[in-house]
Amino acid sequence: MKDFAALFTRIDESTKTTVKTAALADYFQTATPEDRLWTIALFTGRRPKRTITATRLREWAAEVAGLPDWLFEESYSIVGDLAETIALVLPPATESENQTLTHWISFIKSLSVLEDDSRKAGILKAWDSLPSTERFLFTKLLTGGFRIGVSAKLITRALAQATGQEEATLTHKLMGNWTPDTTTWDALIEADDPTADLSRPYPFYLAYGLDGFDDLGPPADWSAERKWDGIRGQLIVRGGDHHLWSRGEDLMTDRFPELAQLQDYLPDGTVLDGEVLAFRDETPLSFNALQRRIGRKTVPKKVLTEAPVILMAYDLLEHLGNDIRDWPLHKRRETLAALVQDVPSAAPLRLSATVPFRTWDDLSAARDQSRDLNAEGLMLKRRDSPYLSGRKRGDWWKWKIDPLTIDAVMIYAQAGHGRRANLFTDYTFAVRNGNDLVPFTKAYSGLTDAEFREITTWVRKNTLQRFGPVRQVPPTHVFEIAFEGIQASPRHKSGVALRFPRMLRWRKDKPVDEANTLDDLKELLATFG
Amino acid sequence: MADVLSFTDRGIYCPAGDFYIDPWRPVDRALITHGHSDHARPNMGRYLATDGTAPVMRHRLGKIDLQTTAYGQVTQIGDAAVSFHPAGHVPGSAQIRVAVKGEVWVVSGDYKTVADGLSEPFEPVPCHAFITECTFGLPIFKWTPEDMLTAQINAWWAANAAAGRTSILGAYALGKAQRLLTTVNADIGPILTHGAIENTNEVLRAQGITLPETIPVTPQTTHKTHPGALVLATPSALGTTWTRKFGPSSTAFASGWMALRGVRRRRAADRGFVVSDHADWEGLNTAIKATGAIRIFATHGYTTSFQRWLSEQGYDAHIVSTDYHGETLDADEADA
Ligand SMILES: [Zn+2]
Ligand SMILES: [Zn+2]
Repeated sequence: MKDFAALFTRIDESTKTTVKTAALADYFQTATPEDRLWTIALFTGRRPKRTITATRLREWAAEVAGLPDWLFEESYSIVGDLAETIALVLPPATESENQTLTHWISFIKSLSVLEDDSRKAGILKAWDSLPSTERFLFTKLLTGGFRIGVSAKLITRALAQATGQEEATLTHKLMGNWTPDTTTWDALIEADDPTADLSRPYPFYLAYGLDGFDDLGPPADWSAERKWDGIRGQLIVRGGDHHLWSRGEDLMTDRFPELAQLQDYLPDGTVLDGEVLAFRDETPLSFNALQRRIGRKTVPKKVLTEAPVILMAYDLLEHLGNDIRDWPLHKRRETLAALVQDVPSAAPLRLSATVPFRTWDDLSAARDQSRDLNAEGLMLKRRDSPYLSGRKRGDWWKWKIDPLTIDAVMIYAQAGHGRRANLFTDYTFAVRNGNDLVPFTKAYSGLTDAEFREITTWVRKNTLQRFGPVRQVPPTHVFEIAFEGIQASPRHKSGVALRFPRMLRWRKDKPVDEANTLDDLKELLATFG
Repeated sequence: MADVLSFTDRGIYCPAGDFYIDPWRPVDRALITHGHSDHARPNMGRYLATDGTAPVMRHRLGKIDLQTTAYGQVTQIGDAAVSFHPAGHVPGSAQIRVAVKGEVWVVSGDYKTVADGLSEPFEPVPCHAFITECTFGLPIFKWTPEDMLTAQINAWWAANAAAGRTSILGAYALGKAQRLLTTVNADIGPILTHGAIENTNEVLRAQGITLPETIPVTPQTTHKTHPGALVLATPSALGTTWTRKFGPSSTAFASGWMALRGVRRRRAADRGFVVSDHADWEGLNTAIKATGAIRIFATHGYTTSFQRWLSEQGYDAHIVSTDYHGETLDADEADA
């Protein structure tokens, strides 16, 4: 575990990708094969099953540290991470053991068959024998979560450095349902994989936000589409099989099983770029519907029927096994349209229609309809452009709709956690209603660190009342709150719930009596809800 | 019996002696615990502070009407008997003891209970009521033992020097910077100092405090003139272009907040050393117990939780709103 802790520390201390990659590559050359395999597993979300509840861990840690539960919880709310909180409050270890990472994972697995008393004894003994970083990591393993700022991509790059294999080959090898219990380092990493090429995606082409029409030339050079509010995906049909990749190069195939039938309708050697959308009655559903499918590895029947998805295709990258990314866009789209036409309409595939326009004003009018269509805005693509890779200026632009906004009054403040534990960053906002203030949303992002510091100083000096960690402050500061959507919500006192609320601006120029009212909010609900 | 001290919107007030302790608004007579800017403020009619605090106050506040006192010496002010006792926070820092008709109250100012090799070590002062800070009043704060801390910093510096990197360490100008100076191993390489820190060094040296040799950074100073150097800088200088002149470098930050991984990562320094001039959880609890006081007033820090914790331990604990900052990571309050 010492070498794993050292690896973690090197990764955690550095902000430089090169340093993190080098640390991982070193580790992949020196650790035991079992530990290497577990490390890959942990960093790619394949953690051991939880064998103990977070509640028990909290109880036992508070007991060993001699703290009342409320104080443990208070500490947790400041630290923002349960394993870190536990590692910090426990008394220093009195013994020391250096076992491998694999040993501790086996230990955690073995807890599942034990009675609570024996589990407790085992965990307390482990806590008492591990120095702080190792104790933190061990507890992190116990609590099940293991996100520490290492992407699958970084792992692949480090493995490529350590083994001399290609990144794409390794990406493919790391996919699928393996766990360290079902494979070995040799079988997973060292052995050849003849099917690797078949699932390999193309790099995505990413657009910049539009900053004006001046440099675009004549409108006739451009083609416009809706910017759909879903998940970008690349569908690959090759060798009688299909794969769906996310923009972050995650394989999402199993999350959207309904797309599997497309491999029967599309010719072998087809790669589509498009948007996975929740979709019913020929209409995209709001992002809320799709949200229920995100983060699930498997999908229960109920969710499948309530939030069915399609692929809204807008580009064709490979046709009949040929890479056609250097074809001009209009030719790729014609070919794509023909392909989609041959697929029965009951199958979950649609062509993202072009939005006709002659002038930029036409386009602006079309953009104003976005919200009604559950779209995020428009995409502008140069008609003769190739499909480039990565984020490039010039040929593709996104033209998003402006967020909805409302000017609101800050009435409560709470300290942030984790990286903002010492600042007041979480605020509750209210709108005016006669002489009252009605709270309607919380927001905790959108300001600069300097602004958060300024408000923090102000909150400290102007606290009216404390409710645990929450401080009531006098209604003094007005903020412009931006949000993406608004819904009726009987659970909230104001009757509304916002989607993605954040602070757009601190309106130092506005006095409280110029903030928006509950009626303004209700009008937004009536128009956009 | 009337309270010895009361809490006003100008500061902590003693009616029996008609004076304030660490006031934040102008008053006629101010007793000052230590030289940090949130405790020793300008525009008071008269000041009283320890001999060790006086030079820094004069340096920061200019021409002031300042009377000084030795630790332990009793000054009678009206009906109040006042004395200053070491707080272990920074050189010269004091707790202030106020006795009126046998009732004793102590104002801690800022304090820490572990010896840092530089400040006069903290002395528990028995009292009936204790007014304490609690900047780090949560059980997640436990400071790294001094010897381990020194080893960590030296190892970091030595590794950087060997790899041809300058080591840039951010610490407050008064207290922490000098404390780090006295503990690092000066054989590793030259020690350079940022202007604000060197100014404070000079003040402390002039009052007889021994510090290792330091080289003030000038426009000509670079990593070529002083390879393998340790640069002590104020936290506010750390994120600026000022650091570029030192070529390839590793940055570190020394603060109690570095105990938290999230804060450590937000600072975007390469390393965070857990070191503070305030008491940690253990330190606060031990200090409070040692006073024998029943009435406790928590001034700045995690006051809500700390008050509740103390109440559950059987104390008559209260929260007092003050204008003190505790240990902050913010550049604009860098010497608090
Ligand atoms: Zn201080
Ligand atoms: Zn202070």
